[in-house]
Amino acid sequence: MRAMVYRGPYRVRAEEKDRPAIEHPNDAIVRVTRAAICGSDLHLYHGLMPDTRIGTTFGHEFVGVVDEVGPSVRNLQVGDRVMVPFNIFCGTCYFCARGLYSNCHNVNPNATAVGGIYGYSHTSGGYDGGQAEYVRVPLADAGPSLIPDWLDEDDAVLLTDALATGYFGAQLGDIAEGDVVVVLGAGPVGLYAAKSAWLMGAGRVIVVDHLDYRLRKAAEFAHAETCNFAEYDDIVVHLKKITGHLGADVVIDAVGAEADGNLTQHVTSAKLKLQGGSPVALNWAIDSVRKGGTISVMGAYGPLFSAVKFGDAMNKGLTLRMNQCPVKRQWPRLFEHIKNGYLKPSDIVTHRIPLEHIAEGYHIFSSKLDGCIKPLIVF
Amino acid sequence: MPYTSDKPENAETSEQLRARIPGWGADLDPADRPAVPRERFDPSATGAWWDIPEQQPEKFPRERSIEHARLTPVFGTAAPPKGVSGAIRRFAYKRYSEGRAAHWLLLVAADRVDSAGSRLSGKMLLPTVREKHPIASRRGNRVDVRHQALDPIVVAAPWMLAGGLAYVLARSIVRHRAS
Repeated sequence: MRAMVYRGPYRVRAEEKDRPAIEHPNDAIVRVTRAAICGSDLHLYHGLMPDTRIGTTFGHEFVGVVDEVGPSVRNLQVGDRVMVPFNIFCGTCYFCARGLYSNCHNVNPNATAVGGIYGYSHTSGGYDGGQAEYVRVPLADAGPSLIPDWLDEDDAVLLTDALATGYFGAQLGDIAEGDVVVVLGAGPVGLYAAKSAWLMGAGRVIVVDHLDYRLRKAAEFAHAETCNFAEYDDIVVHLKKITGHLGADVVIDAVGAEADGNLTQHVTSAKLKLQGGSPVALNWAIDSVRKGGTISVMGAYGPLFSAVKFGDAMNKGLTLRMNQCPVKRQWPRLFEHIKNGYLKPSDIVTHRIPLEHIAEGYHIFSSKLDGCIKPLIVF
Repeated sequence: MPYTSDKPENAETSEQLRARIPGWGADLDPADRPAVPRERFDPSATGAWWDIPEQQPEKFPRERSIEHARLTPVFGTAAPPKGVSGAIRRFAYKRYSEGRAAHWLLLVAADRVDSAGSRLSGKMLLPTVREKHPIASRRGNRVDVRHQALDPIVVAAPWMLAGGLAYVLARSIVRHRAS
């Protein structure tokens, strides 16, 4: 089969690879019909995530058709159209039983701090991902769901991570009616988080980024006020000024490990890999949220230490909430919102890239070229 | 202003926002939010029917965190450790917990060894990437443009350092033999 293959930092290509096999009685093999490149895939692409091995296939956002099932699979049949959450999870361990599917303890031998994620290094369990013609889907009775007939495939693939994560991020903000919400980052997750903040009753939503074309999308798609931080000497002071010097009630970090805006932080983490991530956005969140406010962290960071301004967070009495999104838990409510016309996930898709051009897709997305916001992979 | 007890008023009222933004306030009640409360006990919610999944056969010695009490019932097999990088990875897993920086730094080092091995094994040929609007895309207030000049240095520095060390080592061996 053809698959995206990692060959080292900034080096990926489409290659011939063995079709995955059933390795556990509850495995399914899914023929992928649509996939996406996620912003967090770029952390792998840039060599930032420990234990990212040469020869692995990335991709944790995908949908497809069931091609083969293991002997113990009860809930799926060959030919079913399925959407697969980016989390691999058992559904019954201590954490899954309480709804924390992203923190499953039964699927990742490599780390106890991380659950299982498709195509996201051996730190996340060592599974190949869905940027390929076929993918192994473990514990098929727990994870995948049938794609509803009314749901477009482009919308379905965005529900497997980006939309669910943005929506989850807004929920972690504990937004109350009239709250001022700042979203750092106008990538896919930031755009969805900003849009979701309104669903929860925000009184004002402000999106911060340095890419004008993405900020225009934030204004149009998410009805948000926007700030280009490159235009201000100090974005924290600006955010204080426009919030009556109080600070925002809620700040959502939708940037993560490769945040720009501080040369030292960016170079020591994204370039030299000496930190688990560049905490520029997180530090701006700590400084620009009001005392007693809430920070929701949706940006992905590596497991190494990062230079976070923890003293300010403590002195301000902040609540920091974060997790990888338990995707399947968000779906029933998100289906309602899509059906009601409140959300149209595929409105942010800018590029459709054939698998054979995967190297180009990663380059365009990584370098933010050609107005790229969300690239899908088509088969 | 924060110097008094009043909260600054927003430019738009809830009624105005409801009229302007589709779905405004649909999840205003936390009871409608699927992630609230954070923990909700329901082991049958996903379709899983086991108490614990069956054990996946271990076809090669599977490295695992020493913080785990056992090999997890299910695991990935994408790229078993091999060669020098594999030996470093096995050592990192066997010796250090996730709480130790050495664990992660060794894994990062193994990644670099793996990557160098891939370059040397003849799999260097990669597809040419065509730039989409290479100049126009990089205009405007983009902070990433400001540090791109550093990229060649960051990329070249490890190679130059390794080359320098190899040269010094080779020279000292030659001199040692000559003496």
